Amino acid sequence: MNWGTLENFLAMGGYATYVWGSYLVTLGVLIAELILLAQRRRRLLGELRARVGAEREVP
Amino acid sequence: MRVGFNWFKYSSPQTFFPLAGKVALAFGTVAVFACAFGLYIGFFVAPTDAQQGEAYRIIFIHVPAAWMSMFLYIVMAFWAGLGLAFNTRLSGMMASAIAPTGALFTFIALWTGSLWGKPTWGTWWVWDARLTSELILLFLYFGFMALQAAIDDPRRADKAGAVLALVGVVNIPIIYFSVKWWNTLHQGASVSFTKAPSMATTMFAGMIVMALGFWFYSIATALLRARCIMLERERTTDWAIQYAKGMA
Repeated sequence: MNWGTLENFLAMGGYATYVWGSYLVTLGVLIAELILLAQRRRRLLGELRARVGAEREVP
Repeated sequence: MRVGFNWFKYSSPQTFFPLAGKVALAFGTVAVFACAFGLYIGFFVAPTDAQQGEAYRIIFIHVPAAWMSMFLYIVMAFWAGLGLAFNTRLSGMMASAIAPTGALFTFIALWTGSLWGKPTWGTWWVWDARLTSELILLFLYFGFMALQAAIDDPRRADKAGAVLALVGVVNIPIIYFSVKWWNTLHQGASVSFTKAPSMATTMFAGMIVMALGFWFYSIATALLRARCIMLERERTTDWAIQYAKGMA
């Protein structure tokens, strides 16, 4: 498949809204899932460390 | 000589946790390369469709996402059922870990289907059997997650979720065969186990490579989420605390 120019590629034969609308939303939700997972993990580890610290101060 | 691999070694969260991390990293890497290669085939190798023009290129995410939405549900129900039958700790965690990723791919299948339906059918949505049963799948995932979130005791949440997941399995063959059983606006399967695919080889290749990429992505994210769930449920144990300290 030879698109010729970048404009042609982006235009997707007139279906740009539908094709790019599909791909961008898919990319968006997949990346969002990874970000949410990373946040969840960071928050969890923080809570675990905070509890260990609190136990040590109050023997 | 006996070359054995002790699977039970990895049935406890403490030993499964590091393994899951390694597998997630490896599978995530493969997913990135597979998706990049699949997109290359999809956009630069596969030709324009004679009937649909370029709009058909949605297929490279729509079909793999729809496959994953059904496949992940079956895997989720499998783990849930295993947990219900053998009362193993890890099974319930795996089922809970898969649900959000399954819901995500169900959403992608519906979203891309809608964006594909508009230019080809002239409508964003119809209540035909394929679309409706896929929407029910999304609600099954949501129902599973909501039910588990509503029950405080994780073991009881696992059991209740497992019953819902197993009952919902009946929806999977309904989705899969809906295009045969009913007269749907949605087209029949382009790819099946019994006959050669009714599409150009390069189109088919792009779809399969993308499906592979989504498969690796799903396993990687499910394992990452399983690691979070393990830490949450085992937060009072020594290994979890030691791990958190080691990550400081």
